[in-house]
Amino acid sequence: MAQLSSLLLYLSFILYLIAILFFGATIRQKKGIDQDRGNKPAAWPGKAGVGITAIGFVLQTGYFITRWIAGGYPPISNMFEFITFFSLMLVGAFMILFYLYRIPALGVFALPIVVILIGYASMFSRDITPLSPTLQSNWLIMHVMTTAAGQAILAISFVAGLIYLVKNIPQNDKKKAVAVEAILFTLIIFVGFIVAATGFALVGYETEITYNDHTGEPAVVTYKLPPIFGPNEYMITAGFNMAPMIELPPWIKASQLNTLTWSVLIGLIIYFIIRLLARKRLFALVQPLLQRMKNDVIDEVGYRSVLIGFPVFTLGALIFGMIYAHFAWGRFWAWDPKEVWALITWFFYAAFLHLRLSRGWHGENSAWLAVIGFAIIMFNLIFVNLVIAGLHSYAV
Amino acid sequence: MERVKCECGHVNPPGTILCEACGKILDPNEEKKLIIDMRYEGAARRSQTYNRTIIDKIWNFFSSVKVGVVLIVLALIASAIGTILPQEMNTTMNVPPKQYYEENYGVFGRIYYLLGFHDLYRSTWYILLIAAIGVSLTICSIDRALPLYKALKRQRITRHNSFMKRQRLFNEGTVENWDDQINTVSERMRQKKYRVLTESGNLFAEKGRFSRWGPYINHIGLIIVLIGAMFRFAPGMYVNEMLWIKEGETKAIPGTDQRYYLTNHEFIVEVYDESDREVYREALEKRGKIIKNFQTNVTLYEAEGEVLPGEDPQLKEIKKGEIRVNHPLRFEHFGLYQASYLLNELSAMTFQLVKKETEEVIGELTIDLENPEKRYDLGKGYIVEILAYFPDVEFKDGELRTKSPNPNNPAFAFQIRSPEHPEGERSVVFIQETLEPLGENDYKLVFKEVDTVNYSGLMVRKDRTLGLIAFGGAIFLFGVILGSFWQHRRIWIKWDGGKLLVSAHTNKNWYGFMKEIETILADTDVPIPIDRGGGLDKPERANKGGDVNGSTK
Amino acid sequence: MVKKRRLVIRTVVLIILLAAIGYTIYANIAGGSAGIPRAGDMAPDFVLRDLDGKEYRLSDYRGKGVFLNFWGTYCEPCKDEMPAMDRQYQIYRDRGVEILAVNVGESEIAIQKFIDQYDLSFPVVIDETGDVQKAYGIYPLPATFLIDSEGKIVDYIEGRMDDRDIQAYMERIKP
Repeated sequence: MAQLSSLLLYLSFILYLIAILFFGATIRQKKGIDQDRGNKPAAWPGKAGVGITAIGFVLQTGYFITRWIAGGYPPISNMFEFITFFSLMLVGAFMILFYLYRIPALGVFALPIVVILIGYASMFSRDITPLSPTLQSNWLIMHVMTTAAGQAILAISFVAGLIYLVKNIPQNDKKKAVAVEAILFTLIIFVGFIVAATGFALVGYETEITYNDHTGEPAVVTYKLPPIFGPNEYMITAGFNMAPMIELPPWIKASQLNTLTWSVLIGLIIYFIIRLLARKRLFALVQPLLQRMKNDVIDEVGYRSVLIGFPVFTLGALIFGMIYAHFAWGRFWAWDPKEVWALITWFFYAAFLHLRLSRGWHGENSAWLAVIGFAIIMFNLIFVNLVIAGLHSYAV
Repeated sequence: MERVKCECGHVNPPGTILCEACGKILDPNEEKKLIIDMRYEGAARRSQTYNRTIIDKIWNFFSSVKVGVVLIVLALIASAIGTILPQEMNTTMNVPPKQYYEENYGVFGRIYYLLGFHDLYRSTWYILLIAAIGVSLTICSIDRALPLYKALKRQRITRHNSFMKRQRLFNEGTVENWDDQINTVSERMRQKKYRVLTESGNLFAEKGRFSRWGPYINHIGLIIVLIGAMFRFAPGMYVNEMLWIKEGETKAIPGTDQRYYLTNHEFIVEVYDESDREVYREALEKRGKIIKNFQTNVTLYEAEGEVLPGEDPQLKEIKKGEIRVNHPLRFEHFGLYQASYLLNELSAMTFQLVKKETEEVIGELTIDLENPEKRYDLGKGYIVEILAYFPDVEFKDGELRTKSPNPNNPAFAFQIRSPEHPEGERSVVFIQETLEPLGENDYKLVFKEVDTVNYSGLMVRKDRTLGLIAFGGAIFLFGVILGSFWQHRRIWIKWDGGKLLVSAHTNKNWYGFMKEIETILADTDVPIPIDRGGGLDKPERANKGGDVNGSTK
Repeated sequence: MVKKRRLVIRTVVLIILLAAIGYTIYANIAGGSAGIPRAGDMAPDFVLRDLDGKEYRLSDYRGKGVFLNFWGTYCEPCKDEMPAMDRQYQIYRDRGVEILAVNVGESEIAIQKFIDQYDLSFPVVIDETGDVQKAYGIYPLPATFLIDSEGKIVDYIEGRMDDRDIQAYMERIKP
C-alpha cells in the first residue's frame, strides 16, 4: 500500500508536468478562451491540459487515500505530508477557478508551483511516522485539511496576481521589473534546493557535526549538503570530512543557513543559464504570451479567490484551530508563533479586502498584495515550521 | 453643508453623491467619471459631513476605513515582531526574564526585552491596539450600515438617465416590441431568483441584496469575540491552574475551592512498536521511541459540604475516568488536561541492616521519603532511629541541610541500636556513601532498592467565555460567507421613448454576472449590456502591454 | 434636533467603548493576582494539625490578631526570624496576638528537629496537601500575613523580618 501510494504521487507529478506543456501551448493560440465573454469552447490543448490535470488530481487523491490506509491516519502530519496535501488542494483550487473563468494561463503558473511544492515536499522525510498523542485528534484533521484548502485557494490569488504583474509591468520600469523578476527567482530557489538536495543525496553525502549551542551545551547536527557555514565551535564527528568555510555565532542556525545558501547558489546557476540562453529577463519571456488576456478578468480571478479562500481559511486556521487547541491544551489560543502567523495572514487578507473595497486598490496594487499574502503563507509554512520552534513545529 | 434638492423633487442629506431617489448624479466630481462609484449607493456618510465637537472628531477619526486598515497593519507588524523570539509565557525559564533574554539572545535579546516584546501579547499597548481595532470596527459599521440600509430600501424602479449611462454594464438601442418582451424577460429573471418590479415599461430586477449585510454581520461577530475576550479578565470566568499529582495520591483540584478532589490511580506512557503497524518500522528505527499515549487513570470526587483548606474532606465519588492528551476529563465547567509528567521520582528507599563482621543480614527497613517514621523496630533488640532527614541534601557552611522539601537526593542520620550497642551507633547515609562520624561501627545499613512513583501534570481549566467567543466566531463566519459567496446583482431596463436603456451592477463577480445577463436576454431584442471594464484595460481591445496603470482612483 | 440626537448617540457609544477598554486594561494589569487574597481581603479560613494531631482553625482566633507565617526548614531567612518571632510571641501573646506558623508540608522528623533546635513555643501546623499555601497564593518563603481581630488581612510581607519588624507588625494587629 505504501509503495502504491508513492507510485501514485510520482505519476501525478509527471502528469502535472505534462499538463503545463499543454496549457503553455494554449496561451499562444489565437483562440484564447479568456477572450470575449469566455463561453466559447476551449481550444484542444487547453482541454487536454485540463483533462491531464484532472487525472493527476485523481491519482494524487489516490496517493492520499492509500497512504491514509497504510499509515492509519490522514497523511497531513509532517512537512512532506502537509506540503503534498497543500499541493493537492492547490490543484483543486486551480480547477475550481479554471471552471469558473476558463483561463489556461492560470495553469501555466499554478501547475509549476504545484510541481515545485511536490518536489520540495519530497526532500523531507517520507517515512510513515506514527502519531504522537497531541496529533491524535479529529479536530486536528479538520483544522489542517481546511487550512490547507483555504491557503490553496488564497494561493490562486497569488497566481492571478503574478500573471497580472508579468503581463503589465513594463520592462523599462526598473524597480518593478526587478521585483517581478525576484518573485520568479524565488520560485527558482526552490528548484535550486530540490536540485542540490537530490544531487547530494544521490552521491550519498552526509556529515555529522558536533557543536556547542547557544546554551553552551554540546549538540549534534547532520548536514546533508556540504557545510559552507559551520555551527559554533564545530567538530566533524562522522561522515565526509569537509571543514566548513565559515563558522557562525551560536544564535544563528548554521545548518538552515547552509541549506538556504546552497539553494540560492544552485538557483542562481539555473537562473543565469536561462538568462544566457534567452538573453532577456525571465518574465520578459512570458510577457508577450499574456497580452491577449484582459486585466479586468485576471483581477477578478484574484479577488474572487481571496473571497472564496478567506472564509475557508478563517474556518480552518482560526476556528477549527481554536477548537482543536481547546481540546488538546485546554486553551484555544496560546500566542504560539504559528498561531500568531495564522492571525497575521488573516489580518493581511482582511486589510486586502478593506483596501479593495474602500480605497479602490484594484489591478496592480491588488496584485502586489496577493503576492505578499502568499509570501506570508509560505513563510508560515516553511520558516515558522523549520526555524521558529513552537507547539506546531513538525519534526522533520 | 446644505441639503441638496434633486430635480426629481427628493431632498437629499448633505454630502450625497447620487440622488437617493432617482440616482441622478449630484456631485460635480462624479459627473466627470465614465463610470460612477456605487459604494454605499452614493449615500452620504454621516461622519464626513459633521465635524464640530471633540466627540465628532474622535468619531470621524475611527470611522475612516483608512484608519482601520492602518490599525490592522500595525497589529500585524507588532504580532510579527512578537514571534521573533519566544514569548515569556511560552518559555520555561529559571532565571529572571531580563537575564534569560540577554544570555540567550545577546544584545538583540536585551533590546527585545527592554522594549517589552518578550511579553507582547499581554502588554497594555498591544491590548490597546486590538481595542482600537474594536472601536474602529464598531464605529465604521454604525457609520456605514445605516445610510446603506436607507439607500437600499429606497430604490426606485425608474432611474435617471445619467445614472443608467454611467454604470459599468450598459447598452442602449431601439426596440420595436418591448411590451411583448418585457414579460419574457421578467419571467427569465424570476427563474434566476431575481425579484422583478416593473413600472410603466421600466424594469428593475434585484437579487442577493442580503449579501450587502455580510460585512456588517461579520463585524458584529468580531465585536462579540472581543467582548468575550474582555470577559476573560472578569473574576471567576477563567481558571488556569496546574495540578501535579503522584500515583496513589488524592488531592484537591486547584481552582475549585476544595469542592472537587482527584485520585491518580496510575500514570501510563505507551510507546509504538512494530506490532502497531509494519509501515512504522522505518520511522521507529530512525527516531527511536515514539510516544503513543499519555494517560492518567483517575477518580473524581466531590466533597460533601464546605471543606476548608487543610481539612479532611468527606468525599463522594462522581466518576472514574481516563485523562489522555486530546481527551480531557470534564466536570461542571472545568476540564482536566493531560499536560505533563515526571517519571520514576524517588518515593521510598529500602535498606538492609548488616553486621559488618559476618555480613549477616539482620533485617530490612523501607523508608517513605515523603514522611519517614522516627523509628523502625526490627525485633530482637535491633532498632533503627532517624535522627535527621535531608530530602535534598547539600553541604554548606559546615553543616548538612536540605535545599528543598523534595526527595531528589535524600540523606539520613541514623542511630542504630543493637544488643551489643543499646545506646546506638551513629551513621550518616547518603545515596553514594556512608559516614560514621563517631568512629567505626559494628553495623551498617546497606542500600537495597528504591521505590519510584510517577507524577502526572494535569492542567485545570475553566473558561466560561468560550460560549460567547464561539457564538461570535459563528456569526463572523456567517457574515463572511454571506458577503463573499453571494453577490448583490441589479439590472435596470428603462423605456425612454423608443429607446431601451439597459444597465446593470453587481458588487463583485462581473464575469459571472455578464454570463447570467446574456442567458436572460438571449434571443430577445433587448440590447445586451457591454462590460466597459473596471478601468484596468484600455478602452481599445488590444493591449500592447507596457504602461497600463493598474490602480483606479 | 437630529444633530443633537446624533451627538448624544455618539457620546454614549464612545463612553461604552472607553469603559470597556478601561476595564480590560485595568483587569489585565491587576489580573496577575486575581483570586489571591491580599491586604484588605478576608483571610481564607483553614484547618490544620500540629505534630501532635491537634487541630487549629483560623476562625477560632476571631477577636485576636493573628500573625500567620509560612515557613520551611530549608528556608534560610526562616532560621533567623522564627526565634525572633518566638521572642515577640512571649510579649504579645498576652496582648491578644497569636502566631500560627504553617510549615509547607515537610517530614515530621525535620519539623520536630527544627522546633527543638530553636525551642519554639508557638503552634506549628503542617500544610501537607499544600491547599492552604494555594489558597493564600504564597511564593516564595518566608511569607507572612497580618490578620486583624476581625479576620481581615492587614498586610502581606514577603522575606526576612527582624525583632523590630515583628514588633511593629504585632502592634498593627493588636486588638
